[in-house]
Amino acid sequence: MFYRECSNFKDSYASDMAIFPIPLDRWGFIVMLFMAFVIVPLFASEYFIANIIIPFYCFSLAAFGLNLLAGYAGQVSIGHAAFMAVGAYASFNLYGRLGVPLIPSILGGGLISAAVGTLFGLPSLRIKGFYLAIATLASQFLIEWVIVHVKWISGGVFGTIEAPKMFVFGFAIDTAVKKYYLALCIMALLMTFGKNLVRGQLGRNWMAIRDVDYAAEIIGVNLYRDKLTAFAVSTFYAGVAGSLICFCYLGAANIEGFGVMVSFALMGMIIVGGLGTVLGSFLGAGFFVMLPIAINQSLGSFMEVVPADILANIESIIFGGLIVFFLIVEPYGMARLWHTIKEKMRLWPFPY
Amino acid sequence: MVRKLLSGIVALILVAGFIMVSVQAMAAEEKKPEQFVGILAYRTGPFAAGGSGWSSGKEDFMALINARGGIAGKIMYKWEECETAYNTERGVECYNRFRDRMAMVHPLSTGITYAVIPKATEDKITVISGGYGRADASDGRVFPYVFTTPTNYWSQNTAKIKFIAMQEGWDGKDMATIGKYLKGLKIANLHIDIPYGQETKPILDAMSKKFGFQVRHFPVPWPGIDQKAQWMDIARRYKADWVINRNWGVACTVPLKEAARLGFPREKMLGVWWCGSEEDVLPAGPAAKGYRSTAFHGAGQDYPIVKECIEKVYGAMKGNISFTRVGSVFWSRGFVAGIIDHEAILTAQKKFGVKVLTGEEFRWGMENLNITAERIKEIGAEGLMQPVKNTWEDHEGGGMVFIQQWDGQKWVMTGDVISPMKEFVRGMIEESAAKYAKEKGITPRTAP
Repeated sequence: MFYRECSNFKDSYASDMAIFPIPLDRWGFIVMLFMAFVIVPLFASEYFIANIIIPFYCFSLAAFGLNLLAGYAGQVSIGHAAFMAVGAYASFNLYGRLGVPLIPSILGGGLISAAVGTLFGLPSLRIKGFYLAIATLASQFLIEWVIVHVKWISGGVFGTIEAPKMFVFGFAIDTAVKKYYLALCIMALLMTFGKNLVRGQLGRNWMAIRDVDYAAEIIGVNLYRDKLTAFAVSTFYAGVAGSLICFCYLGAANIEGFGVMVSFALMGMIIVGGLGTVLGSFLGAGFFVMLPIAINQSLGSFMEVVPADILANIESIIFGGLIVFFLIVEPYGMARLWHTIKEKMRLWPFPY
Repeated sequence: MVRKLLSGIVALILVAGFIMVSVQAMAAEEKKPEQFVGILAYRTGPFAAGGSGWSSGKEDFMALINARGGIAGKIMYKWEECETAYNTERGVECYNRFRDRMAMVHPLSTGITYAVIPKATEDKITVISGGYGRADASDGRVFPYVFTTPTNYWSQNTAKIKFIAMQEGWDGKDMATIGKYLKGLKIANLHIDIPYGQETKPILDAMSKKFGFQVRHFPVPWPGIDQKAQWMDIARRYKADWVINRNWGVACTVPLKEAARLGFPREKMLGVWWCGSEEDVLPAGPAAKGYRSTAFHGAGQDYPIVKECIEKVYGAMKGNISFTRVGSVFWSRGFVAGIIDHEAILTAQKKFGVKVLTGEEFRWGMENLNITAERIKEIGAEGLMQPVKNTWEDHEGGGMVFIQQWDGQKWVMTGDVISPMKEFVRGMIEESAAKYAKEKGITPRTAP
């Protein structure tokens, strides 16, 4: 059938290890790719691409980065927006001032962010749970302080940087659609890499650490190495996401745009979307990036009849209410909802 | 249960649809062409007090013009609000949402201003950051589409120093003798430690070198709820003579309480204009009495134009904010911004004819804006605002700074209207703008 395998027997390693075991997902994925690469740039308006889809990709990447750390390796970080800031400012300095080509400087921003992230991951070797969460909060404030105060990093005037004109192999990235492709390609490549990473040895080690860390150590997982790699990989993703926000989305970066509330929003994304899933990172980012704008836009029709101050607050009320609603309906996140639907369809017509 | 919920939702959708249809029917009645204004408001979030007051003031002014029959009797204002919650990303989204329809924009946050300046210059949309944003945008040669009308932070700080000198006995006229009164004074610059707060550090340092007073910067970490350590330093160790309160939001209120606790006279505290609203001082209660702040406009309901607005807009139940806040400082700021924009539109219409303006035409109006004292009297805003005269080079225009004092009940104008040290500020602005132009590869204009 389209939405289920005809039996549960796998007769080759390839089918056993397939990322998408059922055709529904396989075809769905191809359709999504087709949509992202062809349909959206062809038919969507510039406003939609530049303000809704590009930030959606950037935040999906950042949320996935945090998901690697919190969802797969079980190490909570509530200072992740600061690593996005590190990535943004580092790649700005690499590209705008040191003359490194664009793609290497975006990835380089990620690498520098990973180095800083590994440093702030050191406390995870001794503490865990809530205590680690508070320790990572320090990274948020320390990094913000350093970026605001060291003028060499923040480059431009007053801690705000403006992305210079962008070229890839002499090809100017100036319109929204070109920026969209840049963000999409980087996001898609890194997502593919990340998905395979969590399916491999490293990902399995992380999940073992997440579930019971001392048991993982007993069966031979090197806790020190793997916790720090989790921090490094996760903050690498955050750093790349940050530099994409600076280059592809805003065209400028301001330290206030990477404040502690963004860290909380990232945490919210992976919890609402689904901890420890790739799909959840997308769903969560979509929920947090697109939904407030959608609510705001649809409320705009009532501008003439409802006072503006009430209208502005209704947006927050609806958004907050929806978060609560989804958490009550499915505490394991929206990705789990999709999973449940698939499970039910496998057993249809007699689901339980 | 579920069925009840579902039927409830369906009923809501039906009601909403009905309202939307009737709204569209109402909109269809208007025939006059419309000048669209996109408002980037923040009625939610930590700074809602400022954002709600400002955008309502601006909207009330436009409603007043519409009640009079429109701009020059032919064109109606039409506005839409987009909620940013003081968040840069949302602000950029709002800017892009309105981009194709609007001629000018007030970004209403330093972060959003920085983000939209390059885009707006490309899109030929005028950015007006009156009293915030980057001070060096007053240089029209480098920033053709950005205006800081009527004044900027650097002008404000030179006026503050002049005011301090006047309080120390200076006559307020002879710049050659000002150094005598400032020499040896200890001024504490208490600022919130974000880019906005740091923006005035260079000009204060430059002035302290020039006039021989001491200045020390006391950074307050965001969001500035706890300032005990800074105040211990200011009042006990540094023994400051004057304190400049350069904070934002709740951080504006905390220093008043701390000063009261340590017995530091409130009269010796001088706030930035974003720390000079009712919302900033009321939570401090009696501790705020005597505190002074700068402003670039008046406040209150006792101006002919404000009275007319109350009568025509609030009388017709078309007001955009609760009536008690009409005439508050933030509301007045938005109202004055509305007046300035309106005058710029009228100026541009003299050249281009009465029509819906584009961004470029509006910019011409801004550059040739000249609101004289007589004109201010004519529109009934005497005391509410200051004369403004822009040129293609000078995008600041006015620069005059008012001083207001909190008497425990309301803000009272002390009558001090102080001109900034124009040449001094201009030199620094040009230097900073030239640096920006070099960084971005912009060739400054040499002619309008």
